[in-house]
Amino acid sequence: MTNLLEVKNLVKKYGEYTAVNGISFSIKDGEIFSLLGPNGAGKTTTISVLSTLYTPTSGDASIGGYSVSREPMLVRSLIGVVPQELALYDDLTARENLSFWGQMYGLSGRTLKSRIDEVLEQIGLVEKAGNRIKTYSGGMKRRVNIGVGLLHRPRLLFMDEPTVGIDPQSRRAILDSVKDLNQQGMTVLYTTHYMEEAHELSDRVAIIDHGELIALGTQAELTHQVGENDTLVLHIDEGQDCESLAQAMRTIPSVLFANTSDHEISLITPEAEEILAPAVTKANELGIKIRSVDIKEPNLEAVFLHLTGRALRD
Amino acid sequence: MKKIFLIGIKDVRLAMRDRTALLMMLLAPFILTLGLGFVTGRFSGTSSSGISNIHVIIVNQDAGQVGSALVDLLHSPDLQELVLVRDMSDEVAARQLVDTGQNAGVIIIPPGFTDSIISSPTTSAKTEIPQIELYTDPTRPTSVGVIKTILDQFLSQVETGRIGAEVTITQLITNGLVQVQDAAAIGQEIGVQQATAAGQTNAITIKDVTSNGKTIQFDVLGYMAPGMALMFLMFTASYGGRVLLAERNQGTLPRLLVSPTTSAQVLGGKIFGTFLTGAAQVFILILASTLFFGLQWGDPLGILVLVLAAVFAAVGWGMLITAVAKTPGQVNWIGTAIMLLFGLLGGSFLNLEGMPGWFELVSKITPNAWGLDGFTTLAMGGNLSNVMSPVLGLLAMGIILFIASLLLFNRKGIIQR
Repeated sequence: MTNLLEVKNLVKKYGEYTAVNGISFSIKDGEIFSLLGPNGAGKTTTISVLSTLYTPTSGDASIGGYSVSREPMLVRSLIGVVPQELALYDDLTARENLSFWGQMYGLSGRTLKSRIDEVLEQIGLVEKAGNRIKTYSGGMKRRVNIGVGLLHRPRLLFMDEPTVGIDPQSRRAILDSVKDLNQQGMTVLYTTHYMEEAHELSDRVAIIDHGELIALGTQAELTHQVGENDTLVLHIDEGQDCESLAQAMRTIPSVLFANTSDHEISLITPEAEEILAPAVTKANELGIKIRSVDIKEPNLEAVFLHLTGRALRD
Repeated sequence: MKKIFLIGIKDVRLAMRDRTALLMMLLAPFILTLGLGFVTGRFSGTSSSGISNIHVIIVNQDAGQVGSALVDLLHSPDLQELVLVRDMSDEVAARQLVDTGQNAGVIIIPPGFTDSIISSPTTSAKTEIPQIELYTDPTRPTSVGVIKTILDQFLSQVETGRIGAEVTITQLITNGLVQVQDAAAIGQEIGVQQATAAGQTNAITIKDVTSNGKTIQFDVLGYMAPGMALMFLMFTASYGGRVLLAERNQGTLPRLLVSPTTSAQVLGGKIFGTFLTGAAQVFILILASTLFFGLQWGDPLGILVLVLAAVFAAVGWGMLITAVAKTPGQVNWIGTAIMLLFGLLGGSFLNLEGMPGWFELVSKITPNAWGLDGFTTLAMGGNLSNVMSPVLGLLAMGIILFIASLLLFNRKGIIQR
């Protein structure tokens, strides 16, 4: 497969603040590529530069052989963008929105009409197409927001955290539609801070933190970085001293990392079952009650924890 | 061009679906016009024009009775509130008072005016129609229109008297009731009586401007309706700017900028949309006031060109406000403040005539002042050629504002990719 997108030493600064710091990666034609990272990691800025909204401070990227900084108009006709925030006209109907955006991408006449019908079918809003967007639920709006990005059949679709703030049912529908689009041949760059989404969708994942790519590869390649280690998650009651317990856990010999977040302590260890007993003992010594325990196989969350010492949600 | 058109049409559609905006664009000016109509008695038949104390000078160089009759007419109690008349003999000094803005106009009655009108009916030589000169301040079209109306009415009476005397004497001679040698004296007496009867007529009010042959009635709403339309046009202009910044915040502007659409097309479309919305607003108000109030706006071609020029200038202001403001909220309050300020400065609330010279000068920064000049001229019977000055003024204002806005947009990167 050839590379549809190539990013080379891309830097984006806002004054003194560096949002993206010299990242490089490529995406192959037909791939689902996830950019995984916590909020503020630089995911949206990266997509904004790649979609030609912002010019890079230095470095460059090419899509289909066209430079995003020198040939933005050629790039724009190849890409579709599903922004993180809803970008629709509330006082227009779904059909009117799709019609307007389709025309902005050069569609007209019968082609426009048939594409609108196809997209409405795809996002499951045929019957409500004549209703104004402001009457829609959050999930329905998200679906129209995605539909706009699909109208002109882009070769590369940027999806910037499309499931933020929606119900599980709509989230499931969106994840399924991403997989469908990919099966139809569309290349997707998907950003998220949900490890589960990156895990479910991606052929390859890049982990981004503080504007830098800290890991890149297939999921197997990434999880291999943390070896065969498990993640033991201890859930404790609200108001308990997480940090003291984490300190205590770090004294257990086989605990490689201990991190706290939202009344949880995540421990990376090669033998999760074996450290369970000493972990409970340490908690009892501190007078902290453990409410429940999860043992997770090696995953992207563990990779992030391993690489940064922080959880993705931090 | 197609994308500019599409973005513009989309914006008009959105504006027409925004109930709050519609209230401000259409209902508010209509209701205010209606209210002012009631306040001034326009709908109760006790209308006063709202215009008073027009400073006018009369220079009577005629020694005859018709000249005196015109002077008497202007000093008559019927016109006491409307015009403040000053008699002068120095024509040059009188003109200077108009040039310096202290008076709206000078009526100069030429020497021999009466004699040239009331010549002997037996005289075969055709007497040249005498010319009363009306020297006016072009920045006061309303006052000038009123003075001209009074003069036209008076001259109409004079002409009626002159023709009446000719016909009467001819009939008397034909029937042998008067001798030819007495005809001159009798004719003069009849002519003077009929012509000077104009001085006692009660029919002289602010109406019947007949300069282009049409009967145009001066209507107080003819001043108020355009005043309100122009004031709320400024709301629409700033509304367009607010929408531009709101689109940036709500993500639709960035989405437009990552589609194969240039930033120039996006900005052009936004401006076009605001322009179309503003034009639609003013034309709807014109139509509504014509249908519901029976208001005569005047020459349709003049109205069309003037409205488009006024909208162009107003949108220029809207864009400048947008370029200066940082948020839609700022556009909103700056726009509202400017709408009211321009309404006050530009004469939407008060007739600017009689205001100090500096005030009138400052008022020229507003589309309201130029627009009102034009609308008043058209309502008083003028046509497109009579409103070229306000039209050009508005276009120049718009061009300057657009250039300034584009420079600021560029500097702030509001719509750059």
